[in-house]
Amino acid sequence: MSTLLQQLLNGLSLGSIYALIALGYTMVYGILKLINFAHGEVFMMGAYAGYFAALALGVQHAGSAGFPLYLAVLVLVVSMAAAALLGVTIEFLAYRPVRSAPRLTPLITAIGVSLFLQNAAMLAFTPNPRPYPPILREVRFELAGVIVTNVKLTIFVVAMALMVGLTWFIQKTWTGKAMRAVATNIDAARLMGIDTDRVIRATFAVGSALAAAGGILFGLDQIMINPLMGVLTGLKAFVAAVLGGIGNVRGAVLGGLLIGLAEQLTAGYLSPDYRDAITFVILIIILILRPQGLLGVVRPEKV
Amino acid sequence: MQPLKRLASATAIGLLLYGVGLWLQDGLIEYAQRIVLLAGINVILAVGLNLINGTTGQFSIGHAGFMAVGAYAAAFFGVKLAPLVQGLVGSGALADGVTFNLALLVGALLAGLTGLLVGAPSLRLRGDYLAVVTLGFGEIIRISFNNAQFLGAATGYFGDTPAGLPAYTSFFWVYAWAIAIVLLISNLTFSQTGRSLAAIREDEIAAEAMATPTTRLKVLAFSLSAASAGVAGGLFAFMQSGIRPEDFRFDKSIDMIVMIIIGGLGSISGAIVGGVFVAVTLELMRDLQQYRLVLYALLLITIMLVRPEGLLGSRELPALLRARLGRKRPVGEAK
Amino acid sequence: MQRRQLFSLAVAGIAASAEACKKKEASGSAAGAGPGQGSEIVIGHYASMTGGTAHFGQDTDKAARLAVEQLNASGGVLGKKLKLVTLDTRGDGAEAANAVSRLIDVEKATAILGEVASSLSLQGGPIAQRRKIPMVSPSSTNPKVTQVGDYVFRVCYIDPFQGKVMALFARQTLKLDKVAILKDVKNDYSIGLADAFQKAFVGSGGTIAIEQSYSAGDTDFSAQVTAIKSSGAQAIWVPGYYAEVGAIARTAARLGVKIPLMGGDGWDAPQLFTIGGEALNGSYFSNHFAPDQASPKAQKFVADFKAKYGQEPTGLGALGYDGVMVIADAIKRAGKVDTAAIRDALATTKDYEAVTGKITMDKDRNPEKSVVVLKIDGGKAKYETLVSP
Repeated sequence: MSTLLQQLLNGLSLGSIYALIALGYTMVYGILKLINFAHGEVFMMGAYAGYFAALALGVQHAGSAGFPLYLAVLVLVVSMAAAALLGVTIEFLAYRPVRSAPRLTPLITAIGVSLFLQNAAMLAFTPNPRPYPPILREVRFELAGVIVTNVKLTIFVVAMALMVGLTWFIQKTWTGKAMRAVATNIDAARLMGIDTDRVIRATFAVGSALAAAGGILFGLDQIMINPLMGVLTGLKAFVAAVLGGIGNVRGAVLGGLLIGLAEQLTAGYLSPDYRDAITFVILIIILILRPQGLLGVVRPEKV
Repeated sequence: MQPLKRLASATAIGLLLYGVGLWLQDGLIEYAQRIVLLAGINVILAVGLNLINGTTGQFSIGHAGFMAVGAYAAAFFGVKLAPLVQGLVGSGALADGVTFNLALLVGALLAGLTGLLVGAPSLRLRGDYLAVVTLGFGEIIRISFNNAQFLGAATGYFGDTPAGLPAYTSFFWVYAWAIAIVLLISNLTFSQTGRSLAAIREDEIAAEAMATPTTRLKVLAFSLSAASAGVAGGLFAFMQSGIRPEDFRFDKSIDMIVMIIIGGLGSISGAIVGGVFVAVTLELMRDLQQYRLVLYALLLITIMLVRPEGLLGSRELPALLRARLGRKRPVGEAK
Repeated sequence: MQRRQLFSLAVAGIAASAEACKKKEASGSAAGAGPGQGSEIVIGHYASMTGGTAHFGQDTDKAARLAVEQLNASGGVLGKKLKLVTLDTRGDGAEAANAVSRLIDVEKATAILGEVASSLSLQGGPIAQRRKIPMVSPSSTNPKVTQVGDYVFRVCYIDPFQGKVMALFARQTLKLDKVAILKDVKNDYSIGLADAFQKAFVGSGGTIAIEQSYSAGDTDFSAQVTAIKSSGAQAIWVPGYYAEVGAIARTAARLGVKIPLMGGDGWDAPQLFTIGGEALNGSYFSNHFAPDQASPKAQKFVADFKAKYGQEPTGLGALGYDGVMVIADAIKRAGKVDTAAIRDALATTKDYEAVTGKITMDKDRNPEKSVVVLKIDGGKAKYETLVSP
């Protein structure tokens, strides 16, 4: 029983990270109907930003007291800002010029950007996997036969906090409402005087920042980062967004958690060889049975 | 064309290929020969993919999976069939040729079947969703091969001898199959069925309203393009000592997409140009070493930003040249 | 319609022929000269310099470059300078074959070093064999690699040997009865080593508690470790590479799994300790030399590598260095730059003092090397015992 609980806990913490990344996918798709293939690389860059920020702030000299909390928060904020900048730059350079092109073109452009970032990272950071700096010193305790660490709890808490923050942002702030308007009907929003370019920029910025947070948490939990870490993780997070209903924020969270759980349970009880495959199987099943996702709404297509 | 004329031209082309093949074998270093073979295989991949992505407008980005199915099927059956065939006709060029082509046919068949299985449920989806599903299937196929112990799993399938798979693939066979497939797909594209496929690409709902059996046609195009990828996979397998699941990653699917994008989506001659281009350019870029892939990615992005319709757009080379030379276009030809 | 198609075909044919002619011209000038006729001896290196296993290829290449540099600094081989030409395989089978054929045809390599991955060595080996160019793999451990032919050699252990050594160590020295296996299914090195261990361990009376797997590049091992925890295993055999091993050790420590880990020479890298940290204490692995008992040659290599690159070498690096050195030694003993003579010299390599031990080639072109078993204590690897073939 404790094994099952352990697997569930691990699944939820992994799933929270997927959820954070999935939010970026779902928001961008909701607004631009574009699958931002490069989002996985933004996640990776965010993790590396945190790595370098932590090193710059002297994490290796932290000693037994651990890295002070305010510096850890600073690392998080700096990385999120850097990722936001990266996301906005990508949008400006690569997606905006092709915004009005047939859907195929931006998709391939996104794939190109993804490839570019992966290989640029390999060049800049060397392909060697790096251990993540101990921004949080790990504390373990046991609860009902299940090992829980402060890192896992932090992941869950931070992820939830960011998601609540995002929901508040979308519901209550002006920019958030503008985002929802643009997602509903971009032309009408423009006619209503909304600066769609600004809204799109904001969407990319917020989504990328969340992905960076996911990257740092991932590094803390999984210990290692490498330039190709965004490829598979990004893909799985995208599946999570689709599972929950692409364009739907709550759906992205639900999807992320479900994919995390499915992956962990498959690895634990079926075979670790299929942990990646299960995500794609879920993708296929959901797209065939319920393409709008679990929480999505069917949008009638106007001819 | 009358059957006699057809036979005559086929024989002529066959002799030409054979001659060129011999000349290349003597005249070219092995390295260059490999590139020529890979270019031919790319042409098959590109023209096949173009049928579904370009002509029919249905986006598949997991085609490496079908290539893998074709490769493994052809390799496995080729190795197992060889002794049987040799028992019947004795060992030698005849036996090799028979085994090879039978293996390729098996590869094409199984790949086409896989295409059917993948296409049937997926082709109800539109645009981006279809793309992602095909990506998913491509990955599932690769992961399955990675776990298939009898096919060598991650190490790969190298046949039954340490020397690896027999090197059946030659210039003649690659280009013979390439010509056959290009002719087949050309004929299809410029036929009534092909026009229906183009109609699906232009406006699927309108096509459906005009009583076009869209789903059936889409699945047909998909399976055919999968089968071509299967042939390419088989040809590829028999020029390597062995094949591994890692050779059919998503990267390979992207290479295929680059091929048809460069030449121009929807153009068969464009696909041919793109296929050759990718095979040759990657090798030529070797001097750039670790910057090679970064530049390759930048190339892709630049093409999409600057000239997304590729070199030829959706036009074919003959039409393009005709327009350039100022001659009148026959009535009813697509622009 | 027929005209249109024939036109397309003709154009394609012309394009292909034009490319072909260009290639022929490019190589025509060099076509006359054979390998080694110039003032340089070219050693071709094919490795994964980009892609998922880039760090392995780059580690090997750095060390190989160091070896070539040192050889040239002391006058070269047979009075000629060595030149190392490295071609990237991208971790792809077709590229590996392309790289080897290019090294032979265009770069005129006298000998070839490569590859790290057995599955890629199996692509390049047949080509080298057919063209009669000696190939030395630095770290491919699958027995099939040298079975390709008499021109293919290696300087590392093969899986059956290393796996057996550690299995018997576990049974006889550590007195273990029940061991779990956690292997990397993406690397045939790991699969081969796991199989060899299992055969030997079970063959000597032990049982395998449970078998789990992961893929290189995975970062989450909690599922597998959790399963192993409840299997009653006394140790875990983890014959993978250092990055994942380090993370696995940390995961095990985190989940309260206190049994020792055991592994092979894939563990050998400074990153093992930076990633795994204290969690590795009490674990064992087999390697080519012990840092606290290293031969002067090994120590000098480590120091030189660190001086040139600012980091310590990994086990793969040491093998890459030895690969070049063994080739150079064979060329010297052959007395002439003739590939057949060099092949024969390689085959008769006896007691060559390499960084990774004394190398004598057996009849299957695999080296008879001793294995050192190391124990990790206080964040360092320490000599435990030596096992000779």
